[in-house]
Amino acid sequence: MATPAGQHVTDTVGNARADARAQAGLLADAMPYVPAASTPYPPPGVDPSRLTWAETVAGGNYGHKVIARGTRVRLQDVTGEACAHVLLYNALEPWERLNVADTVKIPWQAYLSAGHPLLSGDGRVLATIASDDSGRHDALCGTSTPSANRAKYGGSAPEGPSPSGRELFTLAAAKHGLAPRDLPPSVSFFQGVRVGPDGALAWAGGAGPGKVVELLAELPLIILIANVPHPVDPRPAYTCGPLRVHAWRSAPTAPGDQFWDATPEAHRAYLNSADYCTARGL
Amino acid sequence: MTETSDLKAVLDPANYADGTVFDLAGPLAGGAIALDEIVPARAPWSAVVKQGQVLTIVDVGGNQSGDCLLYNARDTAERYSVPDTVVGGGNLYVRAGTVLRSCLGNPLATVVANEIDRQDTIGGACGKESNSLRYGHHTTAQHGCRENFLAEAAKYGMGARDIVSNLNWFMNVPVEADGALGIVDGISGPGKRVAIRAEMDILVLVSNCPQLNNPCNDFNPTPLRTIITEPG
Repeated sequence: MATPAGQHVTDTVGNARADARAQAGLLADAMPYVPAASTPYPPPGVDPSRLTWAETVAGGNYGHKVIARGTRVRLQDVTGEACAHVLLYNALEPWERLNVADTVKIPWQAYLSAGHPLLSGDGRVLATIASDDSGRHDALCGTSTPSANRAKYGGSAPEGPSPSGRELFTLAAAKHGLAPRDLPPSVSFFQGVRVGPDGALAWAGGAGPGKVVELLAELPLIILIANVPHPVDPRPAYTCGPLRVHAWRSAPTAPGDQFWDATPEAHRAYLNSADYCTARGL
Repeated sequence: MTETSDLKAVLDPANYADGTVFDLAGPLAGGAIALDEIVPARAPWSAVVKQGQVLTIVDVGGNQSGDCLLYNARDTAERYSVPDTVVGGGNLYVRAGTVLRSCLGNPLATVVANEIDRQDTIGGACGKESNSLRYGHHTTAQHGCRENFLAEAAKYGMGARDIVSNLNWFMNVPVEADGALGIVDGISGPGKRVAIRAEMDILVLVSNCPQLNNPCNDFNPTPLRTIITEPG
């Protein structure tokens, strides 16, 4: 009977090295594509040579990257069952980070859609939702906790079948020197929630396969993505599909652009981000 | 009203906008009083509330937002979480019975009494920088809740990394059908109260909101009263 060990000859350093190197070039359903231009799924209309990040993040897994100001990040819900929980930090001063309260309060709008600025607590726009054909997103419910996933799915560990968003964020954050106290409430894309007149939360779910959201980095960012079921997803089974991530060099929002002065609040947020970058020589 | 050390002046309605009425009320729970303080207008406040103790916050002058953050007093990395509270209760508003949860989903405190229709936890805190977005750069010099939180958190060795989205006692933030939301006229009044029971030892930070550009304190910042009572 074949055993995993029986498929490898690893009795000497030389054989072990040969066995390890024999894996070169294999593909997995979820993996980073390095260099990014080698992605099997180049976004339409984007010259692959411009790509700076290409990765498929499995349901129940996470991705993270430090990206330059002006980077455009394309998130695609391949099957209609991804839920991309996102945290953003100013890569230069990471104590400046996504603030969900300011993100909904300052634009006077609880529901995220194209043009919505993702704001820090320091009066700057970290990223703009540059495009969106889903409309099913959430800035109110955060991500899943270990205790909630244990109660709902029987486990929450990153190494298990039903990781919680918080535990995946903890790992992603640690890769950038950030600790649990650096995990504020997050936003999520591709699974929606709506609020009733009495404040009750109603699940709206996803908008179907292939939906795309693009984020435009307005500052140099650390971006953390946990792809896990939304915390109010009513389905009893841990349900989360793959998330495709591609990023490429573009330009930050600037005078004359569609969103630069779409609202007075966002306009001043862009001014503040530009002011910060000018002072820092970015 | 800028002098905060003279309690008599702090509690004299004549030092506030015309028509200001104060009602100091009293605790919403029956046990012995462990702490009873006045938070002057625009000022920060903090205390540790031990498990089982009840903290009553009195809206002395009416429609005065008390921005509030809670931490596990033994490990402040565990702190109040808006989304965990909202998801745990299935509702965006805070009312009597709402469990105020941490980022780990654990109960930090429970709202045991509430004298207004609903309390807010999505409106966040004002601050010098966010004022520049909301109202214009001419308001950046004004003091804000974020500054109060940072100053008070610093007393416990905490900083910007520890300031997360918060509760707003006595603030009114409706969400309309299309997702439009905002701070509108208050639904509180002089002497209205809310009380929370600590479910573990918690550190409570309060910013008595200094905002001058929206109705979260009726454009007239007034004092709050904080009372901690022992169980039973």
